[in-house]
Amino acid sequence: MSHKQAGGPAGESAADWCLYQLNGAAEFEVSEADIISTVEFNHTGELLATGDKGGRVVIFQREPESKNEPYNQGEYNVYSTFQSHEPEFDYLKSLEIEEKINKIKWLPQQNAAHSLLSTNDKTIKLWKITERDKRPEGYNLKDEEGKLKDLSTVTSLQVPVLKPMDLMVEVTPRRIFANGHTYHVNSISVNSDCETYMSADDLRINLWHLAITDRSFNIVDIKPANMEDLTEVITASEFHPHHCNLFVYSSSKGSLRLCDMRASALCDKHSKLYEEPEDPSNRSFFSEIISSVSDVKFSHSGRYMLTRDYLTVKVWDLNMETKPVETYQVHDYLRSKLCSLYENDCIFDKFECAWNGSDSVIMTGAYNNFFRMFDRNTKRDVTLEASRESSKPRAILKPRRVCVGGKRRKDDISVDSLDFTKKILHTAWHPTENIIAIAATNNLYIFQDKVNSEMH
Amino acid sequence: MPSLGPSPYVPDPCCTTLAFYNLDTMFVRGLKRKCFDGEEDVEGTLAGIKAIPSYNLQRQSLLDMSLVKLQLCHMLVEPNLCRSVLIANTVRQIQEEMTQDGTWQMISTQSTGQTSLDRLVSTDILCRSSREQAEGKHVPGYGTLSKDFEGDEGQDSSETMSTASSVQAPRNLQGNVWEMENPQENKGNFQKSLDQIFETLENKSPNSVEDLFSEVDNSYYDLDTMLTGMMSNTKMGHCDGLETFSSPTNTASNSNCKSDLNELDHIVEILVES
Repeated sequence: MSHKQAGGPAGESAADWCLYQLNGAAEFEVSEADIISTVEFNHTGELLATGDKGGRVVIFQREPESKNEPYNQGEYNVYSTFQSHEPEFDYLKSLEIEEKINKIKWLPQQNAAHSLLSTNDKTIKLWKITERDKRPEGYNLKDEEGKLKDLSTVTSLQVPVLKPMDLMVEVTPRRIFANGHTYHVNSISVNSDCETYMSADDLRINLWHLAITDRSFNIVDIKPANMEDLTEVITASEFHPHHCNLFVYSSSKGSLRLCDMRASALCDKHSKLYEEPEDPSNRSFFSEIISSVSDVKFSHSGRYMLTRDYLTVKVWDLNMETKPVETYQVHDYLRSKLCSLYENDCIFDKFECAWNGSDSVIMTGAYNNFFRMFDRNTKRDVTLEASRESSKPRAILKPRRVCVGGKRRKDDISVDSLDFTKKILHTAWHPTENIIAIAATNNLYIFQDKVNSEMH
Repeated sequence: MPSLGPSPYVPDPCCTTLAFYNLDTMFVRGLKRKCFDGEEDVEGTLAGIKAIPSYNLQRQSLLDMSLVKLQLCHMLVEPNLCRSVLIANTVRQIQEEMTQDGTWQMISTQSTGQTSLDRLVSTDILCRSSREQAEGKHVPGYGTLSKDFEGDEGQDSSETMSTASSVQAPRNLQGNVWEMENPQENKGNFQKSLDQIFETLENKSPNSVEDLFSEVDNSYYDLDTMLTGMMSNTKMGHCDGLETFSSPTNTASNSNCKSDLNELDHIVEILVES
């Protein structure tokens, strides 16, 4: 049975995406530590942070737009690079703790400084990023090099003056939230109250206050009394964007639980359970694995949730628990290949998903460096590729098509030729503009919509 | 971070591309080729086999593969809990279905001593975690699962005999199921795959155990290069990984059951030391 790509005629999308920037070494120079493990825009889109397997965080800053050339919009240049996490050794369990950055979340900006949370498997850190572009000169008691002056030489008083200097970006760790998790942290989410945040591992979710590091509250605990009874783990979680008491977490069985922190201190009992009944015609031994939710994201409006499982992305209405309101096939042609994908472990890959600023388009990654976008209004979808060969700067990206038997057009790629080592797991969409950041192994691609920079 | 050598993303034609004519046959054939008989070349097998293996055989292969994955991820230093749980659930599903089918039976008392020793040894080796072996316990597969899942709890898991029988049964079942299909070849193949697993454990060099743990790891995000100091160049199926460990000095011979028991002690010694 040949599958047609979902969504009607391929390649039509309201936006024309073109490569804006490409950062990262060429493929033959890849080192394990450079593999990007998370990508996140800040709330204004001015800053873009990436974390990698080596524990580093790189922050890009968008240059102010040039008014003379409207097409030449601000570039994202490296603003700061710092080592966030180092590898550690847990002596008690004889386990290595990887320094890979699992997630970065920006705090809403409250003063001139920027702050972000970064986490590896065990420890969350709050980093403060400040700029220094002036320095005081003309101290009374210290000389130019900072040494104390001989007081007898001081004959008059002067007021120190601030003189400009080369911009220096300083990053300091302000808080370290350690020892909160026995299992591996998979998500962090800052609350809309800007005072608290949560961190979720495989079995527990903790609530932290941003200013307090020696204490956290456990708000979800699904660890069974007898570990032999363990059949389900937490895979992702997020706070509601507007309601500071609501959060959602997803599980490896494909369910979503919306919890209200006002109901009780321990939110083990969900307020709402979102679960779609299994389709009996598609049942196989792999049904549960492919239903495991790898990412959950609230829409900007707060009305919907977006989930990603192995083969689909689904939009859920918070008011409807029985089934998603929309389901999009990401790569249904893999359904018949699940055996092989189980054997080579690809079936356990965790893809992320993203909303655009107006919640009208959703995006997620796939294999062969493909990523997919689905327009919720027009029901059109497109497959694009993030690769050096197919992306010339400023040239519009050509839509790609995967064919499964049947008619094969020129430039189509067959399912059997897909490269499963090239996976787009991490993607991010600018909060207000049609600019997307795609992480392909160690490369960061920034694409923008050539025609329209605003949402429509 | 120092560069750790060439990229791991050289596509392995066996695993990363799906150039199959027929997935069902390839799935089982692939297992056969990699696990059971490493010498046959791909083209030969593709041309030769025409029949699609039965559902039972495929299901058994899936069960075997899952158990090996679980066992191997027990040995990994940082098991990915989500992956382990999903694989364990798959194993349970298969076992439930086999129970309902009635293909799930205990060993009959009439089986020869030779055969039951075979089963006993093979089950134990596959289902023990290294910690259990060190303690000399006979803990069933699910007991080891809980050991793996437990974080810093440090408590011994309770041994539940219900799960013991459920894990041992598929091994015991081999004879029954495969007798209906293709007895000689499949029994030999199964024994051969177990032998390969034993070989890897017998490998005497001190780093071998760590090598075993690192190279069979298929998930990129579980690659623990700090621990092993090396990076695998290909994305391997578990069976490929096992093949690469066969050191030239250990010949792939069909071991005698009694020598298996002696080797068992030897393996325990090695694992305890490492």
